[in-house]
Amino acid sequence: MGFLLTEEQTMLRESALAFIAEQSPVARQRALRDDAAPLGYDAALWQQAVELGWPIAALPESAGGLAMGHAGLGAIFELMGRHLAALPLLSHSVLAAELLLQLQDGAQQQRWWPLLAAGDGRLALAIDESQRHLPQGFKTTAQASGDGWRLDGEKWFVIDGVGARWLLVAAQVAGEAALFIVDAAAAGVTVTPLHMADSHNHARVRLDAVQLPADARLELHDAATALERALDCARICLAAEAHGIAREVLERTVAYLKERVQFDVPIGSFQALQHRVARLYCEVELLDSCVRAALSAIDEDSSELPLLASLAKVRANDLCERLLNEAVQLHGGIGVTDEFDLGLFLKRARVIGQTLGDTLYHRDRYARLKGF
Amino acid sequence: MSDNNSFRAEVAAWLEANCPASMRRPIVAEEMVWGGSRLQFQNEDQRLWFERCRERGWFAPGWPREYGGGGLTPKQARIVEEEMARLSCRQPQYNLGVWMLGPVLLEVGTEEQKREHLIPMMRGERRWCQGFSEPNAGSDLASLKTSARRVQDADGEAYIVNGSKIWTSYGDQADWMYALVRTDASARKQQGISFVLIDMHAPGVSVKPIELISGKSSFCEVFFDNVRVPVRQLVGPEGEGWAVAKKLLQHERAAMSKFAEGGAPSHDALAVARPYLQEAAPAQAAVWRDRLAAQLMDAHAFALTHQRVTAQAMARQDVSGPAAIMKLVQTEQEVAKYELLVQVMGLNGLSWEGEDFTALEHDICRQWLLTKTYTIGGGTSEVQLNIIAKRVLGLPA
Repeated sequence: MGFLLTEEQTMLRESALAFIAEQSPVARQRALRDDAAPLGYDAALWQQAVELGWPIAALPESAGGLAMGHAGLGAIFELMGRHLAALPLLSHSVLAAELLLQLQDGAQQQRWWPLLAAGDGRLALAIDESQRHLPQGFKTTAQASGDGWRLDGEKWFVIDGVGARWLLVAAQVAGEAALFIVDAAAAGVTVTPLHMADSHNHARVRLDAVQLPADARLELHDAATALERALDCARICLAAEAHGIAREVLERTVAYLKERVQFDVPIGSFQALQHRVARLYCEVELLDSCVRAALSAIDEDSSELPLLASLAKVRANDLCERLLNEAVQLHGGIGVTDEFDLGLFLKRARVIGQTLGDTLYHRDRYARLKGF
Repeated sequence: MSDNNSFRAEVAAWLEANCPASMRRPIVAEEMVWGGSRLQFQNEDQRLWFERCRERGWFAPGWPREYGGGGLTPKQARIVEEEMARLSCRQPQYNLGVWMLGPVLLEVGTEEQKREHLIPMMRGERRWCQGFSEPNAGSDLASLKTSARRVQDADGEAYIVNGSKIWTSYGDQADWMYALVRTDASARKQQGISFVLIDMHAPGVSVKPIELISGKSSFCEVFFDNVRVPVRQLVGPEGEGWAVAKKLLQHERAAMSKFAEGGAPSHDALAVARPYLQEAAPAQAAVWRDRLAAQLMDAHAFALTHQRVTAQAMARQDVSGPAAIMKLVQTEQEVAKYELLVQVMGLNGLSWEGEDFTALEHDICRQWLLTKTYTIGGGTSEVQLNIIAKRVLGLPA
């Protein structure tokens, strides 16, 4: 199992670090929120990321990618977490890309793969239909209609759904999972922004008698399996982002404990507080290992991928809940002011925790995978 | 590189041919082979594995041949350890001398000390115990009081040692002790301390086992009544024992990791809990299942961290941060695991002896109590947290 980055991946990480720190510091995220930016991200910044090749960083060369693997892309997600950078990488370059990479049909590959490198025809996956992640539970249906298909249903919490050019929609066809690619501008498609605590791009998508051509159904070996793999890749990338948030917030908190003076001494000299942050540090290191192992499991196509994805997601969820709460408490009153950045981290971390499976979902899945 | 690959293949082939199948199963407490004058084997496989490793010098593959080691380069020695871990080979002998004292003697010991002590360790003939802790000292190790007064007598220069040590693991089985003693009572706390090697068979040494809440234990109290220790058994300069001990404790981490890699007796939580989970009422079973999954995930995260730290250390990255969490996390997880298992078993998990309960139930109960020592010995969890806060996070004193 690879825990170390290759030389190329390290270079990618370092260039990403410079780019994000300069172009998308936390202040940028605050400005997007204050301006109620409709996309939740900066379109010009996304274009720059496209030019740097980030959307295709993890893709194999055969699909026109940079072959940096998910270990390389995961390093970018970690940095996005550290700086709260909002970019539609998860929806476009992980969820959609993983599904399109599994296309069995040559004509569909030729048509859709080039879109991955071009950021303007952005893709998003529409799967969940309630407030909780339930990837097998969708009720949206597709029925044969004329030469093609007719799609009906409603999708909630579509990640980066606002402004996506193409929607990958999970639907039931005679009780089986299938995936359709839908032009967001097609008749019967309504995309409504959902305003969430993290100010990122989430959408509700209504599909009312949407008429699709026959080749809108993606030719996959097994749509349910393909979906599961794509979701696992995304869960791991979310865990990488959460790891970045956790490390950043821990570092900020430790720095604060060193400089904040009360009772004539830095509060970081109090053992009661030292032990609390020391325990958080342990958890951050454990999460780091889980995230790296899970990222490398994607690249090695390991049979442990589902197990490691659930492990990474649970630990990211649990740690983020605990660490952000502790960070607020240790900062005292300033920690709950909007002026201070901590709240932005708190909100983003909580949305990550609920996205693509909360702790109970993944602990249950881990137990099932372990055979009990 | 290709040389290393062929060496690795050779090592793997040798281990396949020479490590008996029964020596590749997880260790249980009563099957640990401790070297020393009381060396004992319970079966032929243990003896074969021990003797074959001894012949190759593989009790310490990286030590020089002249002191009984394997004479391998550091890279080759690591390959031997990696291949042993990969095939789940047990440690051929458990010996604090080899793991902790040996590396220190190689670094700061005199030529005479190396010959006198390393060679018997490598033959598995001398068992060592550690004499650091004292009654009342606890985590404040440097407050130790055992005195060593320097004298000149008919047999030469020597220290006369008086005092006692406590929590000495297997003190009753050991042949020798490496110990910290106070050679200068007037010096400041950490400065009057010296590091000496004491023959446990010398006149004036007596040992008393300590009974613990788990029943029997490996811990002992050791008393010194005018014990004569020749000055040639002083390691490092007089009064600088604290620095020698710190060197030794750095090797404790590597020794601990040998335990973590399937060396320490522990139970497979899922295998133990599964039948009790199946017996529980559905609503309760769901809660136990969630808690068990959480425990397994904790252990999984720790195992991955162990692998990561090893991989990063081999790539010469700085692992001082994550390495500092290992003792704390591992021991607290063991404590939590046995708490869970005892509870999953209900009152059967609190059985003490007799045939009304299974051997496993008795075993879990005693192991549960024994784990209470894990977060105290070898530096309490609170001391570990202080180390992380100050040395890793740089928080002020």
